[in-house]
Amino acid sequence: MSILINKNTRVMTQGITGKTGQFHTRMGKEYANGKNCYVAGVTPKKGGQSYEGIPIFETVKEAKEKTGANVSVIYVPPPYAAAAIDEAVAAGLDLVICITEGIPVRDMIRTQFRMRGKNTLLVGPNCPGVITPDEIKIGIMPGHIHKKGPVGVVSRSGTLTYEAVGQLMEVGLGQSSCVGIGGDPVNGLKHVDVLKMFNDDPQTEAVVMVGEIGGTNEEEAARWIRANMKKPVVGFIAGVTAPAGKRMGHAGAIISGGKGTAAEKLAVMEECGIKTTKNPAEMGKLLKSVLK
Amino acid sequence: MKIHEYQAKEILRKYGVATPRGYPCFSVDEAVAAAKKLGGKVWVVKAQIHAGGRGKGGGVKLAKSLDEVKQFAGQVLGMQLKTHQTGPEGQKVRRLLLEEGADIRKELYLGMVVDRGSQRVALMASSEGGMDIEEVAARTPEKIHRLVITDPFRGLADTDAEDIARKIGVPQKSLAQARDCLKALYQAFDDTDAALAEINPLIVTGDGKVLALDAKMDFDDNALFRHPEIVALRDLDEEDAAEVEASKYDLNYIQLDGNIGCLVNGAGLAMATMDIIKLYGGNPANFLDVGGGASAEKVTEAFKIMLKNPKLKAILVNIFGGIMKCDVIAQGVVAAAREVRLAVPLVVRLEGTNVDLGKKILAASGLPIISGNNMADAAKKVVAAATVK
Repeated sequence: MSILINKNTRVMTQGITGKTGQFHTRMGKEYANGKNCYVAGVTPKKGGQSYEGIPIFETVKEAKEKTGANVSVIYVPPPYAAAAIDEAVAAGLDLVICITEGIPVRDMIRTQFRMRGKNTLLVGPNCPGVITPDEIKIGIMPGHIHKKGPVGVVSRSGTLTYEAVGQLMEVGLGQSSCVGIGGDPVNGLKHVDVLKMFNDDPQTEAVVMVGEIGGTNEEEAARWIRANMKKPVVGFIAGVTAPAGKRMGHAGAIISGGKGTAAEKLAVMEECGIKTTKNPAEMGKLLKSVLK
Repeated sequence: MKIHEYQAKEILRKYGVATPRGYPCFSVDEAVAAAKKLGGKVWVVKAQIHAGGRGKGGGVKLAKSLDEVKQFAGQVLGMQLKTHQTGPEGQKVRRLLLEEGADIRKELYLGMVVDRGSQRVALMASSEGGMDIEEVAARTPEKIHRLVITDPFRGLADTDAEDIARKIGVPQKSLAQARDCLKALYQAFDDTDAALAEINPLIVTGDGKVLALDAKMDFDDNALFRHPEIVALRDLDEEDAAEVEASKYDLNYIQLDGNIGCLVNGAGLAMATMDIIKLYGGNPANFLDVGGGASAEKVTEAFKIMLKNPKLKAILVNIFGGIMKCDVIAQGVVAAAREVRLAVPLVVRLEGTNVDLGKKILAASGLPIISGNNMADAAKKVVAAATVK
């Protein structure tokens, strides 16, 4: 088992004719069961063409109808990316993973408003994607550093997720699924949503939750964990040393009005029974310590 | 992207927010001429810098004669204005706003931000204007009224706007004006892709007029591509020179107080790298995310920017290669170290795609590069290197 995606997932790439879309579609296709998983691409005005044997369609709706793809991954440039999400939601896909970085917040607010009451889940934007090791990889993470196993990983950051995975591998632990929820202030799934899925996933035995400064996502997740989580969770929050009022790379990583500091998040997490570390080099060891 | 008060007021006026009359001035003569043009007996000389807290720092002065306008403009222009937001070195004042005085009866607060909790734009309003709103929030949170704009297409409804205006104590006869002001603020916020808009204080005058006495706007950098009119308002003098330079190369750089330079791929890992340096007793000199597709040229520019910092004692390169291959980064690091004739210790930690190839390139370069086996090892080594001598 796993969460969100597995070897039976059928995925379409929105923005498959761009350089980034092509590269990562190829990498995804070459990973594990990828050649069966990647079944369609979507680029307006390029319908009828194909990329590495993957047929390209004009619209998400058509791609879904012709290939049965139920998940999309978006590499569309920022000015058009929110509209690409809208299209996927309107077509009734199960899951949309938006990798695109730099989407205006105003666009995302509108997209999120349109998504109310719809069944489509959104991961991202501005995220590395989702991987279920040894089955399927959707996104820009390096596949080869992962291995199937009992640990779920959820994170707002890309390379810091790889770091967590690398450390897990060092202590001999594989992953059930790794989900990058992205670094934008207005986004799809939050930490808590992903934790709920890990809680219900029989393969997942423990979870690494990686957060960063800004917002109160991690605090909300921590409170939910205290009340509901049946599995151990360990956490790290990046940005203890980040100055207030400065946007630290991610649009959402900013301490504003004294809110969203790493210290505050860590305190709430500890209070909720989550083992945390202030040392980003010890995420793997910490997780190992809570697994029997 | 931030803009000046006078620029924010210009934008808000276009949407129908009333403000005192005033002119931006770049010299004492311009200030005196502006005062004459405005007429009246009282003027306000306001320093224009991006940081808040200007009044407390001595950057806002009330002049009661043209002589005083001249005197105060002379004092404020060119001063090194220190506020709680500028840092101890302060910010040089290069522009003024010369405004007519206002008869203040009531001082209120209006603010608008993207609220992450609700994932919508939220309005904050308070009867306690003219003060630091964070202080109000801490001391008397019940005096701050929040309203989430739930439907971005519908915007701020008349009834909601009027309700908020009433709650913050706008007198009956000024309610319609306040309502229109609130709606205009939201419209301006939405149309310009603002990230923050603040009117503090919003005043009610003796004759019942509702005026924005101050204004602050900050915009979503990701949306600037569709707002050339906002980009034109950028004032590079107000931004950190190193950060401006870095942005030219698509590098995300933020200067900090320490002496250990960090070059990292990815924002989260970059923050974590700063954190681990601190944890092992060092002090990061900067945040630097080279992004996902760093070329040798980009790495070289990143080195140059870090090395401009006179405090720099050592550099830590921390790369977890995903799409970015370690051998490419290694070549970039070697080329950069040679080009800038690197004189401070350099610790490099590589992990991920093509890591062995990358390490070989570093070893074969003949440069005195210290290799870090993992994040902890690299951090310890760079802290040790920075503290020697």
